Amino acid sequence: MIRKYAVILILGLFVLMLLPLLTELTPFQELSPVAQKYAGEGPDALGSANLVTSVVVTYRGMDTLGEVAVLFAAAAGVGFFLRRKEKRPAPGKREASALLKTGTAFLLPLILLVGVFVFTHGHLTPGGGFQGGVLIASAVVLFLFANRSASVSRTILQWTESLSGVFYVAMGALGLLLAAGFLDSRFLPPGEFGKLFSAGAIPVIYSLIGLKVGSELVGIIDNMRGGAE
Amino acid sequence: MIYVSIIGFALIIIGLYGMLTRRNIIRIIIGFSIADTGIHLMMVSIGYLKGRTAPILDKAVDQADALQRVVDPVPSALVLTAIVIGLAVTALMLAYAVRLHEAKGSLDIHDFKELKW
Amino acid sequence: MISVFIIVTGMLMIAAGVLAVHQKHLLSAVILAGVISLLASVLYIVLAAPDVAMTEAAIGSALTTIVFLFALKKIREQDKHD
Repeated sequence: MIRKYAVILILGLFVLMLLPLLTELTPFQELSPVAQKYAGEGPDALGSANLVTSVVVTYRGMDTLGEVAVLFAAAAGVGFFLRRKEKRPAPGKREASALLKTGTAFLLPLILLVGVFVFTHGHLTPGGGFQGGVLIASAVVLFLFANRSASVSRTILQWTESLSGVFYVAMGALGLLLAAGFLDSRFLPPGEFGKLFSAGAIPVIYSLIGLKVGSELVGIIDNMRGGAE
Repeated sequence: MIYVSIIGFALIIIGLYGMLTRRNIIRIIIGFSIADTGIHLMMVSIGYLKGRTAPILDKAVDQADALQRVVDPVPSALVLTAIVIGLAVTALMLAYAVRLHEAKGSLDIHDFKELKW
Repeated sequence: MISVFIIVTGMLMIAAGVLAVHQKHLLSAVILAGVISLLASVLYIVLAAPDVAMTEAAIGSALTTIVFLFALKKIREQDKHD
């Protein structure tokens, strides 16, 4: 009984805490000063048409690096907890249905293509490394569903993940040497606004983030699935 | 958009309620993921400005009037990374849950008394 | 007009949330949590945040659900093993 009242009390306190967000906050009429700086200077300085990308990759690049590090820590944690001690054959593995197999054979290249498109065009269209990486991870999941006995090569995953992480930090360090600061993307030529090869190092950095996120998510899912050693 | 803020608010409270009252660990994790979605909705709705468009420049929104035509890109960027982190943290919690079930053969939170005082 | 759409979507999300918390069947609760994320990604489009909508649709509704399902499968296998 006392537990019930405690729950009601905690929920009430949370409502009180969050309520000012609904009642006190007047809708903004114009952009906040930070956003004005990002939206006003961003396109000229960085050459990225997608302002979210320029915030994620350059203005808040440090946060993204930290985020990728947290993702790595979580993936390592999942791997640590679900490491298989003894190998026992999974009981009753049915073959995937013909429908799933045919559909996968048709869709897999398309999904991979969309994934690569999304993370190479992160500076022009909605999307970027995170979305592209997730699309590639979901393509791998589809493949694993269609081929039950298949397993993901740990060596390839680890090398992709480590190399893209190392190159990501190396690009940041190049920004420190050749441009204004760590993860500054302006050390490559800005190119023509709105073209694929533009916006300095932003597409390169975002593609590396995409590879890293994709391989980490595939690793998480493979561990959750209980993949082969 | 005040409606979306209200939806986010309701989802946060529902998720918290689920986390506090359910006994099955998987259900607690589901409550967490609902609250997570609510918080993201609330953050994005704070960055929205009425009648404006996505922060992507092209022929329709050129650089000169970008300041008057686009929404705040900063909350979008923050939520973008928060969602990915949310998945990784959910997977980590589920991995813990699987191991706890392996150790005790139960998912009921009341069966885990080692840290109770 | 758009506010009607938002209110209807929101009601669906809140109903799915309440059901997900109270649902007896664990599998349906997982699917309902995925439905909430999918509807949230529609709301992100309305809020002019297509980047977030893409991420939420791919991660929140697809990968999170799959991770939950794999965990449920593992737990069921452990139950059978004991």
